[in-house]
Amino acid sequence: MTKTLNLTLKVWRQKGQNSKGGLETYHAKNISSDMSFLEMIDVINEQLTLDGMEPIAFDHDCREGICGMCGTVVNGRPHGPEKGTTLCQLHMRHFSDGDTIVVEPWRSRAFKVIKDLVVDRSSLDKIIQAGGYISVNTGGAPDSNAILIPQEIAEKAMDAAACIGCGACVAACPNASAMLFTSAKISQLALLPQGKPEAAKRAMEMVRTMDGLGFGNCTNERECEAECPKEISIVNIARMNREFFKASFFSEVK
Amino acid sequence: MNWLITTITSSIGKKLLMAITGLCFCTFLTAHLAGNLTLYAGKEAFNSYAEHLHSLGPLITVAETGLLLFGIIHVLTGIVLFYQNFTARPEKYAVNKSAGGSTLGSSTMPYTGLILMAFIILHLINFHFIDKTGTTIFQIVSDAFSKTAYIIIYVFAMMVVALHVSHGLWSAFQTLGVNHPKYMPLIRKAGITFSILIGIGFGFIPVFISLTT
Repeated sequence: MTKTLNLTLKVWRQKGQNSKGGLETYHAKNISSDMSFLEMIDVINEQLTLDGMEPIAFDHDCREGICGMCGTVVNGRPHGPEKGTTLCQLHMRHFSDGDTIVVEPWRSRAFKVIKDLVVDRSSLDKIIQAGGYISVNTGGAPDSNAILIPQEIAEKAMDAAACIGCGACVAACPNASAMLFTSAKISQLALLPQGKPEAAKRAMEMVRTMDGLGFGNCTNERECEAECPKEISIVNIARMNREFFKASFFSEVK
Repeated sequence: MNWLITTITSSIGKKLLMAITGLCFCTFLTAHLAGNLTLYAGKEAFNSYAEHLHSLGPLITVAETGLLLFGIIHVLTGIVLFYQNFTARPEKYAVNKSAGGSTLGSSTMPYTGLILMAFIILHLINFHFIDKTGTTIFQIVSDAFSKTAYIIIYVFAMMVVALHVSHGLWSAFQTLGVNHPKYMPLIRKAGITFSILIGIGFGFIPVFISLTT
């Protein structure tokens, strides 16, 4: 049943990358419990615009939970309190009338705040550019099923490939480590025959790039897999470690 | 050998160092506890165990040097990781909340580690770097545990060890890449069981000594 909520929001406001930010209080009145979290911010922004004030900047795109653009830390939890949910798929029915909600941007040395709740996640793109691809010559389309892949391997690769690169794992990690993201991107290719030829170089380059971008180190706290909207498992981190050890100690790649 | 340095100084390499040295310490704890259990069999059993152990001569020196080296690696790498992880998030969150992943053991690793380092130094001063002429190791142990302060410190330190190992043991396997749907649940349970056994096994010794002597 639809209910109407009145909420107090404490939202991180920051004019630009180099300006000092702080939490500001807003009152969200008559919010429908059917709204998504982002729609609730839309309502606040409409009022802010009518009042002649600067609306809250936040990232969003598909609002269907598949693009990886949205995401803020809601009451200390990336993408809010629901399991396996992106912020756009978080509905206001999970909140109670009179709640105070604190909204902060992802925090990491590798993610600079651009404005308010918007952070620069190009560090994740740099990790992908370092090796998150396979090299294939163009030409005639190969026969389907020319390379046989067992169903369970395909499933595992697909589970890793479900990563939408939103950065919630980094935001959730007590050490701001990007290992769950990097491991998902290494795993999705390492599991498949098409990814094998470049596996060693990929593992080393992606890990090195990740290290150079200022992310923290993994201490197996498991907060990342608990917060991941796509529920990517730390089994992928173990696989990345194996791939990295294989590449470092047994391959000829330097 | 440049590749080796690049490998072990990487984020995963540092984890590898922590895992290997940590697992060696778990093995050491097992051997140490097995030896100390002779304390429950009385004065003679313990003194004779100590004598047999020391009769190994050069082997003991090798083991001690190895432990010291591994200790230095574990502590220094741990401090580097702690510093890097602390600075990886310059602006902290106003609200922090766990999603249920971390445990008391996992979130306190650097702190329990530093407490353990201080304890190990104290422990070596108490029982290793002590004048052993004209006395027995049992006498030294029972003298130490006649003081209430020492009993409290030692029992507390063993609770800290149990907490540190409760995360450390399974975490080492995960780091080494040994995460398998068949074995991981077993490794996690074994880690908790091992830490409880270590905590109780060592922690009860000071109490037992003070009650029986």
